[in-house]
Amino acid sequence: MSSAAIGREASTAERVGAPIVLGVVVVALWQLLAGSGLIEAYLLPSPLAIGQEIAEFLPSMLSAAGLTGLNALVGLLVGTLLGIVGALLASATRLVDGMLAPVVAALSVVPIVALAPVLNSAFGADAQTGRQLIAALAAFVPVFINTARGLRQTRPVHRDLMRVYAASPWQTMRTITLRTAAPFTFTGIRLASSLAVISALVAEYFGGPRGGLGGLISTSAASSAYARAWAYVVAAIVLGLVFYLVALAIERLVSRRR
Amino acid sequence: MTTTPAGTAATASAVSVRGADKVFATKRGEVVALTGIDLDVAPGEFVSLIGPSGCGKSTLLRLIADLDSPTSGTVEVFGTSAHQARLDQRYGIAFQQAGLLPWRTVAANIALPLELHGVGAAERAARVDELIELVGLGDFAQQYPDHLSGGMQQRVAIARALAEKPALLLMDEPFGALDEMTREYLQAELLRIAAETRAAVVFVTHSIPEAVYLSDRVVVMSPRPGRISAIVPMNLGRSADRAEDIREDAAFFEMITAVREALHGAPVTGARGVETR
Repeated sequence: MSSAAIGREASTAERVGAPIVLGVVVVALWQLLAGSGLIEAYLLPSPLAIGQEIAEFLPSMLSAAGLTGLNALVGLLVGTLLGIVGALLASATRLVDGMLAPVVAALSVVPIVALAPVLNSAFGADAQTGRQLIAALAAFVPVFINTARGLRQTRPVHRDLMRVYAASPWQTMRTITLRTAAPFTFTGIRLASSLAVISALVAEYFGGPRGGLGGLISTSAASSAYARAWAYVVAAIVLGLVFYLVALAIERLVSRRR
Repeated sequence: MTTTPAGTAATASAVSVRGADKVFATKRGEVVALTGIDLDVAPGEFVSLIGPSGCGKSTLLRLIADLDSPTSGTVEVFGTSAHQARLDQRYGIAFQQAGLLPWRTVAANIALPLELHGVGAAERAARVDELIELVGLGDFAQQYPDHLSGGMQQRVAIARALAEKPALLLMDEPFGALDEMTREYLQAELLRIAAETRAAVVFVTHSIPEAVYLSDRVVVMSPRPGRISAIVPMNLGRSADRAEDIREDAAFFEMITAVREALHGAPVTGARGVETR
């Protein structure tokens, strides 16, 4: 019994420790390689240089992450709402399903970021609206597709049961249909969370107000401040991870009783 | 011989099916699932529907439950149409799949029909406690269905079916997916519960011993087209009074033989298409 407990502990230590060890080794090798002069600094700045930039520009990095993060969050919320409502409408009537399916298929193959310059000029150079809209469009697709799928997962025996109970359509929706679809919707939101961040960030490359992570990455790179550009990339990765992990935690919470 | 308990003259039959046909339209044409069904079930009576696959026994149960409508003929439950009886919640039902909601605890699953029909929280909790005791799941009220065995899940489904004290219980092979030990145990439990609640039961099965053990009458059906080929009264005393050891009585084996012969229309050595276990 104690050996089993030790076995579990060892596997937990391995699970957490192994990637950390690997990360440290990679960063150390990277530092050695960058410091050796074999690779030019504009190709790959050393981790130490990037770390110094992070320390120096932390306040601006936080405010930039806040701005981009807010755009991504607004986009994620709007896209999620539209995705759920759209999927509900599509599941309610075949006509809406027929109308929406090709539109969603088109949306999912259009490089939504390509719309950025168009939307930037449409909403004016000082508005965040275009970026939020782009994030919303990116988030909409996975939420819609997963929710629509979840709404079709209701088991026949549950439908029979609701009919036996003479339940109203609203009662059936609340008791069975939404509960069955919920884990699918949250999987969609998890996928959408990263997409919203990436889209909000990349949309900043195409003009509009400065001050977001994407804008700072492009200006830093353009002014040859490579280590600083990388520092903002690190911030962008952290922002994306935060979105993903929060969405994952919510998904886990909702799916626990499935 | 009394196959219909007393009181039929004064009160309506629990179930009354008259000349019911059911035709399903499929891509390859029409399929006659049931034809010329006439069946009466008295209040408190236990009736099994037995027959090989495709004989329409589940379809007949679904007609009684108003989950399907007959193509022609009438189905009445306690003197009203099956449709009205469903709206009035005159019956409880259990399917082969327990069909519990995995995100609800045992107690919340049993409470589901009460909740949907607006029963107050206090009354609901009291009724759920009674039902959990009735099906012997006292320690599992707060467990989730995924943590229960198939037999326990089915007991939860039976408790849920009894939640609103229906005078009619419809059961579609509820023990079909269970092992033999659990099955015999739940059969005895079902007889006890049926006796306590005095509910009439219509029970679909493809097991001859199960039908014989449980029933006052066994309705034998045959396929293509689905129809009632015989109704065999069980001369084993009232189903409610039967003890477990009846399974070893000579009379029990006689009844098994009687049902088997009815299934095949003549004396036979071995049944085909129907489980003999």
